[in-house]
Amino acid sequence: MTAPLDVPGAADEAEPEAIAASGGVRDRGRSLGQIAWMRLRKDKVAMTGGAFVVLMALVALLAPLIAGLLGHPPNQWNREMIDPALGTPMGGLGGMSGDYLFGVEPVTGRDIFSRIVYGARISMLIGFLATLVSVVLGTIMGIIAGYFGGWVDALISRLMDIFLAFPLLLFAMALVGVLPDAAFGLQDNALRIAILVFIIGFFNWPYIGRIIRGQTLSLREREFVEASRSLGASNLYILRKELLPNLVAPILVYSTLLIPTNILFEAALSFLGVGVEPPTATWGGMLSEAVDYYDSAPNFMLAPGLAIFLTVLAFNLFGDGLRDALDPRTQS
Amino acid sequence: MIRYILRRLAAGVVLLLVVTMVVFAIFFLVPRLAGIDSDGLAARYVGKSPSPEAIAAVKERLNLDEPITVQYGEFVSGLVMGTEYDSGTDVIHCDAPCFGYSFKTNTEVWPQLVDRLPVTGSLAIGAAVIWVVAGVSIGVLSALRRGSLLDRAAMITALAGVSLPIFFTGLVSLALLSYYWPIFPPGGSYTGITENPLAWAHALVLPWVTLAFLYAAMYARLTRAGMLDTMGEDFIRTARAKGLPERTVVTKHGLRAALTPIITIFGLDFGLMLGGAVLTESTFSLPGLGKFAVDAIRGNDLPVVLGVTMLTAAFVVVCNLIVDVLYAWVDPRVRVGA
Repeated sequence: MTAPLDVPGAADEAEPEAIAASGGVRDRGRSLGQIAWMRLRKDKVAMTGGAFVVLMALVALLAPLIAGLLGHPPNQWNREMIDPALGTPMGGLGGMSGDYLFGVEPVTGRDIFSRIVYGARISMLIGFLATLVSVVLGTIMGIIAGYFGGWVDALISRLMDIFLAFPLLLFAMALVGVLPDAAFGLQDNALRIAILVFIIGFFNWPYIGRIIRGQTLSLREREFVEASRSLGASNLYILRKELLPNLVAPILVYSTLLIPTNILFEAALSFLGVGVEPPTATWGGMLSEAVDYYDSAPNFMLAPGLAIFLTVLAFNLFGDGLRDALDPRTQS
Repeated sequence: MIRYILRRLAAGVVLLLVVTMVVFAIFFLVPRLAGIDSDGLAARYVGKSPSPEAIAAVKERLNLDEPITVQYGEFVSGLVMGTEYDSGTDVIHCDAPCFGYSFKTNTEVWPQLVDRLPVTGSLAIGAAVIWVVAGVSIGVLSALRRGSLLDRAAMITALAGVSLPIFFTGLVSLALLSYYWPIFPPGGSYTGITENPLAWAHALVLPWVTLAFLYAAMYARLTRAGMLDTMGEDFIRTARAKGLPERTVVTKHGLRAALTPIITIFGLDFGLMLGGAVLTESTFSLPGLGKFAVDAIRGNDLPVVLGVTMLTAAFVVVCNLIVDVLYAWVDPRVRVGA
């Protein structure tokens, strides 16, 4: 966690203008964003992670194009690839070939590569949207708790404790279990995705909320907030114009670190059969189908497993690097 | 100290009450908001393809046509005092604590939960021992030798650990260590500790290690960050300045302070896990609470899911309480401040 107080150089974070003024002797001052970017660019591990994240985002966006060029429709059964007697893929390596890059699924013969590509859509979509919900809720609650203090803080802090004590996975399973196939004007997969985003996002906000609260607590005692208040600024103005800009860095870092957690969560729900419904391809769903074939077609299990692992790892590497780059205590 | 514990106890009771409200809302209120009528809701409490009579009986028994407040009252009083499900013709008793009645199997949920608890408990306790010992000691060593080869190797492993889904590591470990090299029994084998302690441990090694790997990775990262923060504090310098041996400085001053947030998180994690390590139990087909809930969802047997959810929340509250008391013991500031 970054603690801007009592740290030499922390002023950069709070008052970019001040740096611009004093640093102007040599050349133009650098904003915090520029400094962070310079540091981040030197961090090869973080940049590799970032590049992989961009790659996966592109794969998700361009899934129809990529699957069209390099694979087969994700839900198409390719019976000719399956040994009719055994139900296993023809040829060695689980049916891997230039035509089927990651091989085919046993029994159905669906193209694993295409399904991985399409699965990226669900993972990224739910990962991003759920994080957005958490970040908006967490930031609002955290900033209110930290700024107003007193009973407001006590109430919100208690609420955060309570939320963290909930068995999230069971709740998600229960909600998917009780809801019908069409509700709230949505149906089928749109409804499932909405439910998943809501549950994952709504129950994860305290992680962001706690961090934002802590940061706000120390920021509100700073001189520039006091100055603003003495000039007669309203609470809302101080929250929006003085505090929020200074919270952008931690919000950015912890959003980046929450996305992989949420991707893992979505995969877990799909694995348990309460995620997006088949035949829509999801990484977790593929893993649960692969359970029975780890002896005859290990590629079926390895492909989605590695897809989850690498994507989550890439987000974590990038997030860790971003945190170091934005932390004024790190020496560049 | 006693005042502090009493206050935490009161907070725990409040937390439990809030949990009953949220659980109730998820199971009975949200479906209504989503436009399910009481018939449709009742159908989800009797299993797959129920008869219209069965649905009507369940609707009657769960008071699904009553106002939501009455339903909630019944729900809570059932938890505390037990309840009777009356359909006019026959009466079903559900003794306290009534965690629900499975209309699908015509049994009370509570005894079934009790039956499965030892499995989940065995899994959770064994894994917790491994991950706390491994995670904390690796974290401390990494922090003390920051930047060393050991530190970097440990942190890379830990990062990989938190990025791996447990159902993937579980499957890979089963494929390798149970199928290709049959060292451990396949998934689904569980023997009670009282029957054969050796078989019990043998079957649980893979689930333990798989589960512990993820948490050890998390705890190693947390401990390392906490230790690095603490070892930079003034009181550490003071301890060194007064000539204490480094070992004492690290264990009695550094680790003790760094451990407090870890204990809090451990309370949460362990409590949640006692209510069912859903993913691990599903991957290894262990007949614990988590697997029970997953199977119940698939079979439209919602009372079971409700029971497991409530029990889990109760475990979390109890573990939190224990942690709060431990806190006062580890951190004198808590005692004085209360």
